[in-house]
Amino acid sequence: MHFDASSVVPLFHQIAQQFTAGILSGAFPEGSQIPSTTEVARTYAINPATVLRGMNELVDAGVIEKRRGVGMFVVHGARDRLAAAQQAEFFAAQVPQVVRQAQALGITAAQLTAAIEREYSHE
Amino acid sequence: MSEIKFKNVTKRYGNKQVLRGVNATWEAGKIYALLGRNGAGKSTLMRIVNNRTFATSGAVTLDGKSVVENEAAQNRIFLMSSAQLYPADRRLSWLFALTRRMYGGFDDALATHLLDAFELHDTAKIGQLSTGYQTIARLIIALCVPCDFVLLDEPVLGLDAPARELFYQELLATYAERPRTFVIATHLIEEVADLVENVNVLAGGEIVLAEDVATVLAKGRIVSGPAGLVTDYLRDTPVMRKQALGGMLTAYTLDAPLERPLPAGVTLAGMDLQRLFIELTRGERHEK
Repeated sequence: MHFDASSVVPLFHQIAQQFTAGILSGAFPEGSQIPSTTEVARTYAINPATVLRGMNELVDAGVIEKRRGVGMFVVHGARDRLAAAQQAEFFAAQVPQVVRQAQALGITAAQLTAAIEREYSHE
Repeated sequence: MSEIKFKNVTKRYGNKQVLRGVNATWEAGKIYALLGRNGAGKSTLMRIVNNRTFATSGAVTLDGKSVVENEAAQNRIFLMSSAQLYPADRRLSWLFALTRRMYGGFDDALATHLLDAFELHDTAKIGQLSTGYQTIARLIIALCVPCDFVLLDEPVLGLDAPARELFYQELLATYAERPRTFVIATHLIEEVADLVENVNVLAGGEIVLAEDVATVLAKGRIVSGPAGLVTDYLRDTPVMRKQALGGMLTAYTLDAPLERPLPAGVTLAGMDLQRLFIELTRGERHEK
């Protein structure tokens, strides 16, 4: 995990993002226990309140669950849920950004579409 | 909930007014950064809390009672500073025992762990330790006392980078185990930015910023782009400083209008705690 202090993304959200990436990549499999707030706080020298806030984002999203006295676990179905959320985020945020950049450079819709199709056909 | 409160605290040394009316609250169980330029009065403020000096006027209270010559309050407060208060010919083990008697407790298990982590022996004589190891010895004591309020004045002075990182990790480990208030006065802002929950900035003899770090950084931005577009984007927004280079403008604000669409050609960068501190205390005259 790596955290960027000067990022516009708040640190607690970066923590949620790093765990999300870990779950999507399979580093934290569904049903497995994830490191505790204390462990994360100590390892990366981050205030536990910040770590907890990031973890709570994932609890609220139904991706991890707290088991009293035991710790936090990745819920079953978390990967599908996260993948769907990331796709929605991609269409809502990144596609408009790419289109705006293309427009600023004078690239037409047809040119952009053609470039995307070429990129897909490389696979 | 316990808290240390400052009410209009002033301090004058001769004709030099160091503190001009400090108002602040340090709550139980939180980690604070106390930031200020050289000579801003950070050490003075901490020393007042710990009765090593006294305020010229105003009050410092712990749970509503003045801390001045208040033994019950002082037993709950620990100040770690670079002042050399310990006899050079004594061993660390003697110092730990003395601390236990003074504060009515000492976390031996943690001390043993920290001695091991920093590769120090309690048979070492205080006067024979290097600058860095003297700091480490003082830090071990600060983390092992049973006090609810631990004030750390320049805690990593003379420590190399790996030792500093180890200290920050050990601080958070013991904090997670036994939450208490830590106030860290330091110039190494980047290193403590993620560690602390709240920040107090001392400038011009007053606390000019006392805020949750996440809140203060949430809307702090560095806005750059063509001057007209940046100015229009930041209309009605308080700006700390503007820097022009040809037709390009860079503006520093704590209250970016994030709800407004960002004009093409204008970029937003985050403001970290160190940049915020520099902008906030810019123009503060360096005086000794």
